[in-house]
Amino acid sequence: MTMTSATLDLAQLKAMHDDQPAMISRGYWRTVGARLSRDPVTLCFATVIAAIVLIALLAPWIAPKDPFKTSMAYRLKPMGFRDFLLGSDELGRDILSRLIWGGRTSLLMGLVPVAVALLIGGTLGVVAGYVGGGVNMLIMRLMDLFYAFPSILLAVAISGAMGGGMVNGMIALSMVFIPPICRVAESATTQVRGLDFVEAARASGGSTGSIIAHHVLGNVLGPVFIYASGLVSVSILIASGLSFLGLGVEPPTPDWGLMLSTLRQAIYVNPWVCALPGLAIFITSLSFNLVSDGLRQAMDIRM
Amino acid sequence: MWSYVLRRVLFAVPIALGVSMLCFGLIFLAPGNPMQLLLPADATAEAIEIIKKAYGFDKPIPLQYLAWLQKAVTGDLGLSIANRRPVLEEVLNALSNTVVLSLAAVTIAFSLAFVLGTIAAYFRGGVIDRGVTAMSVMGVSVPNYWLGMVLIIIFSVELGWLPATGMGAQGSTDFSLFNWENMKHAILPIFTLCMIPLGIIMRTTRSAVAEVLNLDFVQTLRAKGLGELAVVRHAVRNALPQVLAVMGLQFGYLMGGSILVETIFTWPGTGFLLHKAILTRDLPVLQGTILVLSLIFVAVNLIVDLAQTWVDPRIKRA
Amino acid sequence: MIMSKTREKAGPMLRPVDRADPRDVGGEAQPLLIVRNLKKHFPIKGGLLNKTVARVRAVDDVSFNVKKGETLGIVGESGCGKSTVARLLMQLIPSDGGEVIFDGEAVSTFRGISLKDFRRNAQMVFQDSYSSLNPRLPIEASIAYGPRVHGASKGTAEKIARELLVKVGLKPELFGPRYPHELSGGQKQRVNIARALALEPRLLILDEAVSALDKSVEAQVLNLLRYLKRHLNLTYVFISHDLNVVQYISDRVLVMYLGEVVEIGAVDAIYTAPRHPYTRALLASRLSMDPAERVEEAPLTGDPPNPIDPPSGCRFRTRCPHAHAVCAAKAPRLTAARAGIEQEVACHIYDATSGHPDAGASLSGTGGHAPRRTVEASTASAGR
Repeated sequence: MTMTSATLDLAQLKAMHDDQPAMISRGYWRTVGARLSRDPVTLCFATVIAAIVLIALLAPWIAPKDPFKTSMAYRLKPMGFRDFLLGSDELGRDILSRLIWGGRTSLLMGLVPVAVALLIGGTLGVVAGYVGGGVNMLIMRLMDLFYAFPSILLAVAISGAMGGGMVNGMIALSMVFIPPICRVAESATTQVRGLDFVEAARASGGSTGSIIAHHVLGNVLGPVFIYASGLVSVSILIASGLSFLGLGVEPPTPDWGLMLSTLRQAIYVNPWVCALPGLAIFITSLSFNLVSDGLRQAMDIRM
Repeated sequence: MWSYVLRRVLFAVPIALGVSMLCFGLIFLAPGNPMQLLLPADATAEAIEIIKKAYGFDKPIPLQYLAWLQKAVTGDLGLSIANRRPVLEEVLNALSNTVVLSLAAVTIAFSLAFVLGTIAAYFRGGVIDRGVTAMSVMGVSVPNYWLGMVLIIIFSVELGWLPATGMGAQGSTDFSLFNWENMKHAILPIFTLCMIPLGIIMRTTRSAVAEVLNLDFVQTLRAKGLGELAVVRHAVRNALPQVLAVMGLQFGYLMGGSILVETIFTWPGTGFLLHKAILTRDLPVLQGTILVLSLIFVAVNLIVDLAQTWVDPRIKRA
Repeated sequence: MIMSKTREKAGPMLRPVDRADPRDVGGEAQPLLIVRNLKKHFPIKGGLLNKTVARVRAVDDVSFNVKKGETLGIVGESGCGKSTVARLLMQLIPSDGGEVIFDGEAVSTFRGISLKDFRRNAQMVFQDSYSSLNPRLPIEASIAYGPRVHGASKGTAEKIARELLVKVGLKPELFGPRYPHELSGGQKQRVNIARALALEPRLLILDEAVSALDKSVEAQVLNLLRYLKRHLNLTYVFISHDLNVVQYISDRVLVMYLGEVVEIGAVDAIYTAPRHPYTRALLASRLSMDPAERVEEAPLTGDPPNPIDPPSGCRFRTRCPHAHAVCAAKAPRLTAARAGIEQEVACHIYDATSGHPDAGASLSGTGGHAPRRTVEASTASAGR
């Protein structure tokens, strides 16, 4: 390598061009998709989730009977009695239909709070992480306050004080999830902000908004989204717990948690039927848990 | 080191204050006039006036808070609307019952989880590892009150071995460890409460031990000729602080989050008390219970924090 | 300044620029960059209330000039403040004092050049670490970001990016859509250079730009830098801890110690006849391949003192073999080493009025073994 030559001549520049191997480049999301397609467990449970969502959406058309129709004559009948495929509850309503319809509220109360928390907590976290200083301290100390409560206690306290009901329950759950999401977002943003390419973007004259949009968000959204997706299963559990305690959905709306609470009285009469709504909660929560785990593994690519 | 301890304890004070503020603020979340909530429906006009003055409802909110705080610090959390008994007394009675459950559940969960988690980490990829992972995932996905119901169905309804609800024969509320009647009642609730901590501690142990086993110093130990059992002992000792921390936190969660399991089993602990208070709109009890439970949680977090620093010298957050 | 378009299929033919730069404001004699009394102290928070308990005096009263078209090398040990100087120059961190004057106009002041315009003129090339490029963006997008921020449309910005890739020797069709993790270290560094050139700056600040590369790749990148400088009429400030690299690429060299400038002068003068005791020790610590030039004892011992509480007076006095009482009492200023030569030293020995017993004299030789690479040094400087 001639170090004494001061000018790079044409031949050398050409040589630099030619010694580069060909390589197909795949985007990040395409790689994630490829990895997911090779993960049978995640795919299987993703299908389960899709099925649950579909059933809930199509409830009006696929439920065999009216979930609200009570019948004093046919209370607490066992599985398979007449056209009560899974038996009837303490007011004579068809359990299968109520299970199908119940999916709606359970999914709603599971997903909406996490989505709201993602929006609010994510924004707060990114702002706190990027701006730093006093703003950061203020926001994070506020979040620390909420961390002093165990999640269930906080959810029960807030929705209990507000008087119960589905909307109050969703508000309570959102407030439970905002601090952890904010914390994850802030930590990721702080980390990204210190990296060289963000400094280079600032040196190029990018405005704060432009840098956050182009450089920070792309690198922060991943971990935050994965974390939030892991919260969905917790949200479903706590939400149904609230309904079980009488703090969430109000009767006579069909809801899995609420059904567990009312069917409890009949535990000696028709034991296994009472367990069915809980099974639904379990399967839904489990599916979300496994899918979010699989997502995390697929997205954890060393780049 | 002691300056760190002092600083950490002092830092907990504003958190405790903030918690108390939130608890105080709960009243204002409730629909309706706060005064109506503190009094039974048939209160006379006189009683209303007295309460107004006593609680300072005619004063601005910050002063109300300070008045409430002052009383709370001396132990006066008001009277229960339902049975006119002092709130603190009710809460403390219930607390002892909850502590029994939580402590037992955490101890059993920890012992089991630690052993299984370590075995899983050592035989990584083996049957036990996969079983442990599966159990952990299921443990955190199962609604624990449903699990309680299923256990009741199996052991009470179908098999009739164990009682379904309550704490002792004829709904007695004193608990004695050596009374088999009481123990019978406690078995199912404890087992139900175990599930979630079991899953979480198993997962933490497995990942902590696996991580330590991967470190270079373990290779050094093996190269020195140390037997496998001794190597595992070393690894476990390094992973212990992390696991103990999680265990402490889980205890805190159980204390604060026992409401669902206690409701299913009608176990007269703080969770059950809380539920009753919500159903009867007994706000003083609601407030008092939440305050006590969250302060206990703050205290448990603090102890876990300090214990971790004491055990693991690397963690010395400035 | 417009690059000449490609006329041959084999690659761009950049014409060496020998006519005046149309963006030149101050004229030939005006230094491109004047730095005066630059200061940066980092506060250390501690204690119960997180108050400032101490300050790290990272950069203290640093002044120097950069002439148009030259390469100024900045050397020093880790922690001497050179990277902080780079970031202060680029206005990435706020300074605690001092001013930066670009082509006669003060930067970021009311009557001078605005920050935005300064950023069009001065850019930085970072060390090739895993974080120097956004892992989520393809190379083309990373390079195009600068022009887009300054108003270029997406199409124009991408065209600029592709042209720059060609200039640094990477095929745009092949490399444009690639992600950083799909490139080698040398290729990534060339992308960093391309990104810095996207706004057509006149000044490039290179902070440890080749430190992370293998030696052979380092040589390629250095040659690319020299080529680009010549053909794009650039001025470089080249920061490195590697003495050999700085010697190869610089016209003048500035030596820093513990946040201060200790010596500055032409590269040959510094490397063949270093004046400041620290520079002498630094250069003497280079190991030679010649067994006849064995180094028996380390010329510089110990670690640099704490920048939070630097020694009074001259900061080097705790490790200096020529230290005297006056060195603790007064801090030396940069004075000319010898009349007529453009070399400045901050040492009491060279200040006739300082009161140092050796004042007015001069340390001879290189302070260590014989200077190496004299042949390359002279042909290299002839070739520039």
